[in-house]
This record gives sequence, C-alpha cells and structure tokens, in this order.
Amino acid sequence: MSEPAQGFEPIEQLSDEEVALIEHECAHLPDRQSAAIDAMMIVQKHRGWVSDASLAAIGRLLGMSVAALDAIATFYNRIFRQPVGRHVVMVCDSVSCYIMGADGLARDIQKHLGIGYGETTPDGRFTLLPIVCLGACDKAPTMLVDEELIENVRSEDLAAVFGRFE
Amino acid sequence: MTQAPLTERIDRHGHVGIDDYEAGGGYAAARRALREMTPGELIDLVKDANLRGRGGAGFPTGVKWGFVPQGDAAGKGPKYLVCNADEMEPGTFKDRYLMERDPHLLIEGMIIGAYAIGAGVAYVFLRGEYFESHRALDAAIRDAHERGYLGRDIFGSGFDLDLRIHGSAGRYICGEETALLNALEGKRAQPRLKPPFPPASGAWGRPTIVNNVETLCNVPAIVAHGAEWFRDLGLTDDAGTKLYGASGRVKQPGLWELPMGTPIREIVEVHAGGMQDGYKLRGILPGGASTDFLVEQHFDLPMDYGAIAAAGSRMGTGTMILMDDSVCPVDLSRNLQHFFAQESCGFCTPCREGLPWIEELLTDIEEGRGRPGDIELLEKHGGYIGAPGNTFCLHAAGAIEPLSSALKYFRADFEAHIERGGCPYRTGPVKRVGMGTR
Repeated sequence: MSEPAQGFEPIEQLSDEEVALIEHECAHLPDRQSAAIDAMMIVQKHRGWVSDASLAAIGRLLGMSVAALDAIATFYNRIFRQPVGRHVVMVCDSVSCYIMGADGLARDIQKHLGIGYGETTPDGRFTLLPIVCLGACDKAPTMLVDEELIENVRSEDLAAVFGRFE
Repeated sequence: MTQAPLTERIDRHGHVGIDDYEAGGGYAAARRALREMTPGELIDLVKDANLRGRGGAGFPTGVKWGFVPQGDAAGKGPKYLVCNADEMEPGTFKDRYLMERDPHLLIEGMIIGAYAIGAGVAYVFLRGEYFESHRALDAAIRDAHERGYLGRDIFGSGFDLDLRIHGSAGRYICGEETALLNALEGKRAQPRLKPPFPPASGAWGRPTIVNNVETLCNVPAIVAHGAEWFRDLGLTDDAGTKLYGASGRVKQPGLWELPMGTPIREIVEVHAGGMQDGYKLRGILPGGASTDFLVEQHFDLPMDYGAIAAAGSRMGTGTMILMDDSVCPVDLSRNLQHFFAQESCGFCTPCREGLPWIEELLTDIEEGRGRPGDIELLEKHGGYIGAPGNTFCLHAAGAIEPLSSALKYFRADFEAHIERGGCPYRTGPVKRVGMGTR
C-alpha cells in the first residue's frame, strides 16, 4: 500500500481581495519580502489562522520559501499556525495584573471555559491564550476578547462577558 | 502658558478630534516649523529644550536627531522616522492613552520630527493588541491628509511626508529599536549588533530615527512655546512634564501629567490616593518591569532620570508598579522572569538559556524546593546574564534589574522560603486587615 507523497503541501489559492491587500503593502515597501508579516496577518484576518498551504501561497506571491516564512511566523505571538476558535481570549499575565489577582482569575476562566491555555473549546467557540501586558494596568486585571479590551475583570462577571461572544 | 502640554486638550475634550485640536492651536507649531525654521534650527531647539526619550532610556532627543546625515552626506534614498508605539513593558499604559485620546498631537510631533531629520516616510510601529489606538490613528491620519497636513507639499512648504501604521505581530523585543526595524522589514525581530546605530543605518539600511510616542508628543509644544519654557516645566534638572502612572493596590490607580521630578511620595499618596486600606507599600518598580526596585528609603526622591539612576534604578517609562505587603516578592520575581524568559528573542545564549533557568530556580524556591545556596546562585548567574556586553541588546540586563534588587531589599523573604520549605505568603495570613495605609 502506498502512502501519499510526503512534503508536498497543496498550494492554496489566495482570494483576489487577499492578493490585492498584500500587493498594496508591497507597493510602498522597498522589496516584496518586507511584506511577509503583513501578508501573513492579512491571510489570518481572512482565514482565522495561517496554514502550511497558506504559507506556500504567500511564499509564491512574495518570492520566499515556506521555511523562511515559517521562521518569521513562529517568532510572533499574533500569527497563529494552528486553527483557533471563533473568538480568541487573551488573559494578561504580566506583573500589574498579577498583583491584582490575575493568577486566580486565569484559573477561574479556565474552569469557566473548560479548557487550558493553548486550547480551543470543543464547539470551536473560544481559544484561550495568555498575553503580556495590555497597557491598562490601572484597570487590572484585564483581558482581550478578539479586538475588545475588557478591564477590571472579575470572576463573577465571566458568564456575562463570554455570553456576548457567540 | 500651559503646564500640561500633553493632556490639556484631553482634559477638555476627552477624545480630541481634528477640529478640537486645531481650535486649541494644534498644527500651528508644525506650520511654523515647516515654513519658517530650518531642520538645523529645530534640532538645536530640541537639544536646547533638553527633551529626553520617554520610552525608558532617556537619551537626549535633539542629540539623536543630530546624528542623522543631512544633504549629500545622507546618500541616495529615503530617510525614515519611526515612532516606537510598541508599548509592551509590563506596567506601562501611557502611550496608549495619548494615541487613543489625542492622536493629532503625535501626528504633529511626527511631522516636525520628520522635517527636522529630512525623512519623507514615517511609520508608527504600533502594538498589535492596541486596536483602539489603531482605529484612532487611522481616522486621524485620514483627517490630517484631507486638510493637507500629510502627503505632498505640507503647508505649502514643499515638504512631503507619507505617514503609515505598522501593526506589530507581537513580541516585547520589538520595543528594542533595532529589533523593531527588523520587524518593520518583515523579518524576525532580533536586535542588531551595534554599531552601526539606526541614525547611520536603520530601516532598509537607511538613516532612521526611532522615538517613543510621548517623546514625539512633546515636540509641538516645544516649537510653540520655546526651549526655556519647556526646561522650566521640570522641577529638577530634567525638563518638561512626564506622564506618571501607578498600578497595584492603590486607591486611585491611574495616569497623571505632572512636572518632571515630582517626588515618588507625592505621586503615590496624593495622585494615587495612597494604598488601599489594609495594605502597606513595600516596594515599587519605578518605570516598568525592567527597572530595579525602590523601597521606603527612596520614596522622597524626585521621579526624574538623574535621581532615580543615582538610587540604582531607572525612571524607565515613569509608570510605577506598587508592590504591597500581601504580595510575595519571590513569586512576583518569578512572574517577572517568566515574562523575560518568554520574550527573549533567543539569539544570544546567556539570555535564551539563562532566563528560563532563573525562572525555574525561582519557581523551585517559591514552591518549597529551594536549597541553601540558591540565593547566591541567583546572584552569581544573574550577574553573568545581566552584564552588558554579553548579549546584543539589553533585554537580559533589564530582566536582571528587578531580580538583583529584589534579592537585595527582600532577601529575608527569599531566605524564609528556603528555610521553611515553602511560601510564607501562601500558608500564613495573606491579607492583613486593619493596618493603616502607612
């Protein structure tokens, strides 16, 4: 029995809109490779994450190898190389929030969602990640749900807060 | 003349739109600078005003601008001005406030700065998680373009400026200016070996100036009111005002624009309202996670570059983190080293290998696995890891600052953990109720 050939990822087709947005970035940069991070963020915005096949497509567009792109992708916190849920919850674990009880809050959030850091709920609704200082230390503890900063988070508010994100 | 050049419009309007901004005299400084002043005159003015970098290092801004080659010496190609808006130093929340509330102040500062160094392209390198700042800046840049304050032939001066936002994909090390430039170029954000420094060879190998948000926001008022006015705002040798902040268990955590050199005790007790009832202040990290602890003996010092440095710490970002007596200094140190270990870019061995090792040792001490000699081990290895010159950048050195000072000022806590085989803050009464605020 023969296995499918390994090492050949299908090259995904980027949408016209994705290509147009990436080309727009390239147009004002000295070289196409400089758009690597922008391109991955654009694709992630459209698809939720950056797959191997997406990397291959971006690589073809920018004239870069998949390995070079992956080395960049894995450096940054906000480029997801695995699928994530419909909503990404990021809980601040830096020092001001820590002083104001972020460790206990993180435990309560994990209990509430039934998942640990780096995991996604079985219904695909939430992915939970830690994040460093969100710059709202006077309103600690804080978390980010998608693009919304939530301040002064209390364990008793979790049901109401997460209830807003279907 | 105003005593609060950074926040007076915010206090009046909340969120400052372009009409509010112009009604308060906004863009008049840029108009005058571009029409009536030479780049050299602007650089001399900012030098004379003694404006120092508000991102943490405190380097004189005018001196930095003066390093940029002008005219034929600059060679062919663009020069760049980059605003470091990658605010990610734990405990720091000042630049977000300025960008969300008064984005035109930053834009005007950038127009003047770009003109002074001859940059035709400027970037705001923005923290990726600052979505609200991104929206505010996007709208403000659009409004400024519409009125002809960005783009071609600004104020009829013949000066062109293209201002763009780069949303960071997220890593603390992007705040290091050469790492930031690599990120801007679409690469891994590893710090570069220096020299060359960015004013000689920065973004895409071209002369580049990287300035913090608050630094650039000070420039319009310096042009409007002069160097002497700016110097006189400060209470000490350092000039201007400063956005000071306080977080932790104080009654009113927040952010205040105060004269440079305002004493620590005044910030904590008057502006932050003192400690919450039942908590006593034990130590502060004066300017973010990578600054040395200060303790009671230092609280009457003025918060400026010189006095805090003389006390063995750094003013850093000026947003102080207060550690009260319910917080375990060992566990807080573990929290800090977890951050620094995670955010090391991984290029230099002492930082990549050393910081996780420090975190592990602190975790052992906190969780009751500490052994006699561990404190000395932390000091010794902290000394290797934090010594400047062992690494390309100051990430590791910054990580060791709060650790070495915690070992100095809270040594008894570390010893108690090792002697008792656990954390006294977890087994003993955590919150002492009924004690005065001081």
